[in-house]
Parts: sequence; C-alpha cells; structure tokens
Amino acid sequence: MLKLIKRLQEKFNIEEVQQQKNNLTFVTLAAKDLVNFITHLKNIEDFTHLSFLTAVDRIEQDKFQLTYMLHNHKTNYNLAVKAFIERANPVVESIHHLWQQAATYQRELHEMFGIDFPGSPRLKEDFILEDWHDIPPMRRDFKTKEYSEKTYFPRPGRKTHDPEEYMKEKLYPEGDE
Amino acid sequence: MLPGDRSKYPRKQEELNLESGKYQKIWQGPQHPGVTGNMALELTVCGDEVVDCKTHVGYLHRGFEKLMERRKYIQCFPIVCRICVPEPDTNEYLFAAATEELAGLEIPEKAKWLRTLSLEMSRLASFIMWIGGQAGSFGMGTVGQWTMVHRDYILDLFEELTGGRVYHMYMLPGGVRDDLPDGFGGRLEEILQKTEKLLDDINKVLFNNSVFKKRAVNLGIITPEMVDKYGIVGPNTRAAGLKRDIRKDEPYLKYSELDFDVITASKSDAYNRALVRFRETWQSIDLIRQIMKAMPKSGEFYNRPPNVLHWKIPAGETYVKAEATRGEYGYYLVSDGSEYPRRINVRGPSYTHAIALLEKLIINTNIADVAGLMVSLHTCPPEIER
Repeated sequence: MLKLIKRLQEKFNIEEVQQQKNNLTFVTLAAKDLVNFITHLKNIEDFTHLSFLTAVDRIEQDKFQLTYMLHNHKTNYNLAVKAFIERANPVVESIHHLWQQAATYQRELHEMFGIDFPGSPRLKEDFILEDWHDIPPMRRDFKTKEYSEKTYFPRPGRKTHDPEEYMKEKLYPEGDE
Repeated sequence: MLPGDRSKYPRKQEELNLESGKYQKIWQGPQHPGVTGNMALELTVCGDEVVDCKTHVGYLHRGFEKLMERRKYIQCFPIVCRICVPEPDTNEYLFAAATEELAGLEIPEKAKWLRTLSLEMSRLASFIMWIGGQAGSFGMGTVGQWTMVHRDYILDLFEELTGGRVYHMYMLPGGVRDDLPDGFGGRLEEILQKTEKLLDDINKVLFNNSVFKKRAVNLGIITPEMVDKYGIVGPNTRAAGLKRDIRKDEPYLKYSELDFDVITASKSDAYNRALVRFRETWQSIDLIRQIMKAMPKSGEFYNRPPNVLHWKIPAGETYVKAEATRGEYGYYLVSDGSEYPRRINVRGPSYTHAIALLEKLIINTNIADVAGLMVSLHTCPPEIER
C-alpha cells in the first residue's frame, strides 16, 4: 500500500499519513483538495465504496475534522480521508454527485454539527430532530445536562445511585487504586 | 460560491402537481405492522402506484453517540448493544474490538472463539426473525409465528450463556464475561436440529409458494451497477452476484479458520434476496457446529484491562467492521487520550438501504408491495438514528 500512498503524494499535497493497521490508512489533506482527491480515488484507484462520512468536533483547535471512509473492494483496503475546516465557518464541498447515499450523511452532519454542504439535495430538511432551535447538538459546546434539566423533569420517588460510586463498590470493593 | 456548487442552477425536475387531484399522500408507518421498526414512509401515490417517496426517521433517536461522549469506556459497553435489537452482539464486538485496538489489549484465544460463537448465534436469530417478517409482509403470518418461537429458543440459549435474552452485554473490552455453561453444546445442538426442521418447513411453504413467488420475483431489482453508487452491502449485494463478505474479505476473530463459501445469486430481486438470506441461515447453523467442534475446551477467556474507572485510552482513531446480517456494520472510534471517547460513529448498513436505495426502488411499485420491498432490504431504523 506504500505504492498507493506514494502515487497519491505525487499528485496531491498530502499533509499527513498515518498507518493504523495493515488494511487501514488515514490521510490528511486540505479541505479545498478534498473533492478532487476523493474523485481521483473513486475513479482511478478503485475506491468505489463510501463506508461513511462523519465529523469530529476538535473544539480545542477550533476546528471540525471530517472523515470520509473509502473502501477498495479489489484490494480490500480502507482509506480514510481527513480534512479540517474552520469551526466558525463550516462549509465544505458536497460529494452527493459521487455517491447517492452521501446526501443523507451530509444532511445528518448539517443537522448535528451545523456543517454546510452547498448544493446537496434536501440538506436543510429535518433529518432526525424536529423543531430544533438550540445549537447543533453534536457540537461539544452543547450542554447536554443543562438541556435535559431544562426540558425534562425528574419523576418523584425514584432513587438513583451515583454511577461512579456504585461501580467503585461493585468492581473494586477492596479499594480503587 | 464553491466550485461544483450547483444550488443556484437546480436541475429541472418534473414537479408533481398535488392539486391536480391525481395524487394522494399516504403515510406508511411509523406504527404499522409492515414497517420494520419505527420508520415512516411518506408516499405519494397515483391510484395504487407509488410515484414518490420520502423516508422519515427520528422516532427512535436516543442519541447514543452523544451519550457515549460523556461516559467512560466501561460505561459505554452496556449501552452499545441497545443500538440494535435483532443483532446486539455485533455492536458489542465492534465496540470492544475498537477499544482493544486503540488500547493495545490482546484478548485470549478462547475469548475469540466465544465471540465468534455469540456473533454467529445472533446472526442466526436475526435471520430467523427476518424470514418471518418477510413472509408476514406478503400475507403469510403463520411463518412469522413459527420463526418468533424459534428465535425465542435461541434467546433461551443466550440467556443461559450470558444472563440476558435480547441484550447480552457479553463481550466486554478484554474478552468475554463467562465461559460456556456445562452441557451447553448438547442443548445448542438440540435447538439447531429444531431450527433445521423449521427451515425445511419454511422452504416448503414459502419458497415453493406461488403467491410468494408471484409477488417477490422482480420486485425491487438492484443491478450490479447500483451497488457502489448507492453504497449497498450485505445480502442485497450478494444477491446481485457480487462476492462480498467481510467475514471472507477481511476476516476477523476466527472466521479465517472456518470453512464456508460466500453465497450469491444472479439477480437481486426480493425473491433472490430472500433465498440468499435463507441459505445463509443454513450456513450459520453449519458455522455454529464448526465453532463448537473447534473451540478449545478450556483456557482463559478474559484479559483484565487496567482499572476501568481510570482507564485512559491512548489518542488515536480506528475503524473496525464486521458482517452483520444486513451487511457492513462498523464502529469509528476516536480517542483523545482521556478517559472518555472523543467520538464514536456507528456505521449501520440500513443507513443507505432505507433512505437512498429504498426511495429509488419504491418508485412505480404497487402500494401493496411496499412493505414486502422494505423488509426485503432488511432495514433496521435504530442504526440510522443512533
């Protein structure tokens, strides 16, 4: 697979290569090259299957990480393409023209992270959440506990254990350390 | 405007004039027996022919991925199986495998065998339940009753092995929770023989039934060209003649030591997909027998991780996948070096089957066949919403 990475490095400006296991490599490149790179992988290098497309909130760097997992059925190799985009202005080129299911993933990312994919069909339609007015819930700065305390109320007469204390007692009765 | 952005120039589409009196909107689901789980289809019909469809999900959203970001790894372990009812073991295995990979934890040989057994048993239970669903959606409810009973027999075995019937919480990071109970093999064999008898009966009443053949043959054809375009996986692909099975292509656990072929058919319509799944059910029974024969009788089954209350996983990311009954199931785990996972993304095969693919295949089918078509893609909404 080193050959493949070398071939790709000649054509594209790959910033980082990380070999995770013998059939999975992560490559990072700039968001502006993303669609060109993925199109090349799909059409020339036979990475014809898009397993998924997702985002990770890197809030400490003020960035979103996008991960596209591609699979080559001929060599059974997985290549994950990563790109970082600004958290303040999350706009990425859409890949709905390459795979039909990509539009659904993009719709979900738009709803859950607030990432915009201009041109992607039905992007602004509700996917899972209905009438959501808060910030996109999968972002790290969304306060889950605050939200649930505001929205729901506890039923009286129920006793709860503190999970940490309870686990300590059950798993390590002789002492935690 | 980004290059490639065509939103300013939308493609000309023939709009359905809903005011013309020709069309009608019908909701199939979310509470309808023909619907696989809580999912709704917004159908536009002309007479009894479907002309447009939109899949609506969200009725089952419990926010697993977000939940897990706020929990320690050991607290995530009992959550993951809840993502999928028919096949919770795949989730357990993938979460455990991803965690072990990032933590550099090796699991004992016996644990690998026990995991393979548990996975294959859950595949069997899932397939059996599915056959009943497919028969029921074409009006043969009796088969559904039979299969639910037989699934329960397998759940009895799971209860004996793990203590849980539907959710097992058996494969935890480091291995499995317990060894086989005494005499488990004998009881397993008994149930397998019962199941074989059931499958013989199903073959007679379903696959040789003219009603089923008439309705299922040529329903929802997936051509080989569509497979990559729509990201189709699993039996839906194999029925189109493509030999793709993760157990064979990227063997995990003990699948490389087992003897089995990838089952394919020549044309992926509802009938052939049913046939492929039916044959895979037989294959599952055979694999369980092989596993029981090859499994070492004794040995360690749990490699204790460090104190799980303060277990920090080194920063990194990985993707592990396994072949569930519906196809490629995967976990993408990102760790930032803390005690909590940074992100866990669950890749479910139904994500594309139930939305992009179903919305395409459903056009021009008869409204009576919608349920049959949906079940024949084996969609499972919980893995779409997570």
